[in-house]
Amino acid sequence: MSHALELLQTASGPGLIFSWGPFAIQVGNLVVITVMIVLFVLALFLPFPGEKRRK
Amino acid sequence: MSLGGPAPAEPEPAVSEDDEKSSTWTGAARRWLLRRLPPDKLLPDDQPSYVASWIYVFGMATIAALVFILISGLVLSLNGPQWYHVSELGHFVNSVHLWGVELFFMFMVVHLWGKFWMAAWRGGRTLTWITGVLSFLVSIVTAFTGYLLQTNFDAQWIAFEAKDALNATGIGAWFNVANLGQIFMWHITLLPLAVAAVVALHVVLVRMHGVVPPLDAADSDSQLTSTDAAPSESNGERS
Repeated sequence: MSHALELLQTASGPGLIFSWGPFAIQVGNLVVITVMIVLFVLALFLPFPGEKRRK
Repeated sequence: MSLGGPAPAEPEPAVSEDDEKSSTWTGAARRWLLRRLPPDKLLPDDQPSYVASWIYVFGMATIAALVFILISGLVLSLNGPQWYHVSELGHFVNSVHLWGVELFFMFMVVHLWGKFWMAAWRGGRTLTWITGVLSFLVSIVTAFTGYLLQTNFDAQWIAFEAKDALNATGIGAWFNVANLGQIFMWHITLLPLAVAAVVALHVVLVRMHGVVPPLDAADSDSQLTSTDAAPSESNGERS
């Protein structure tokens, strides 16, 4: 019963939120946006394997 | 080589003279399709060298994530909510479905950034861009209905925040977020079909026009001007 209540509390909680002045973001959203920016930058600069073999 | 044997058959052109004479709508449609999308453009063997970059991978990665979502979604819908809310395997497949969506959107956004910064609507690719925007919008609606189907407090919160906005547009009578059964049907029938159809059209358009060349590629680049290779030919449409 207490385990079920804990689960309910976790599911109904607001989550962790970072805020800087008027700007606030939920940690899950911040992680996703950061991962997308990192992927984008890596995609631009990492060498593509087998590049020299192509015409 | 035997002299008396039958002559080797000549390869038939994609659009024969007989085809040109045909006046049926099926013949006309076939000729139009073969002209716009010959088989070597639809399923090419090769791509121009500029495609060898990680930024060109994210469109295909998005489609791979979509395949995971569709297959896991099919398994979820065939087994039903009781199975995926209670059993361990059901939880696992439900999680694959959720994380497939997370990756789908992350890959799609990186793909969108890449295409935006290389102005990928160039060279007659306007409709390709528009179908990409449409697939993003339809995917957001589909994901929204998916979050409503969590049937937890989060889903309830999302539904009751969204209902006022949807009612304000007048769509609430047909798309009622407080009606779980109706949203379930939208999520597993019409919306996945819409996403799949728009994405399929987007991919066909990419095949028709070729992958967009980088901004700094010279118009005189042999891969953009030569007519003897399918991918190069398709990129010759740059304006």
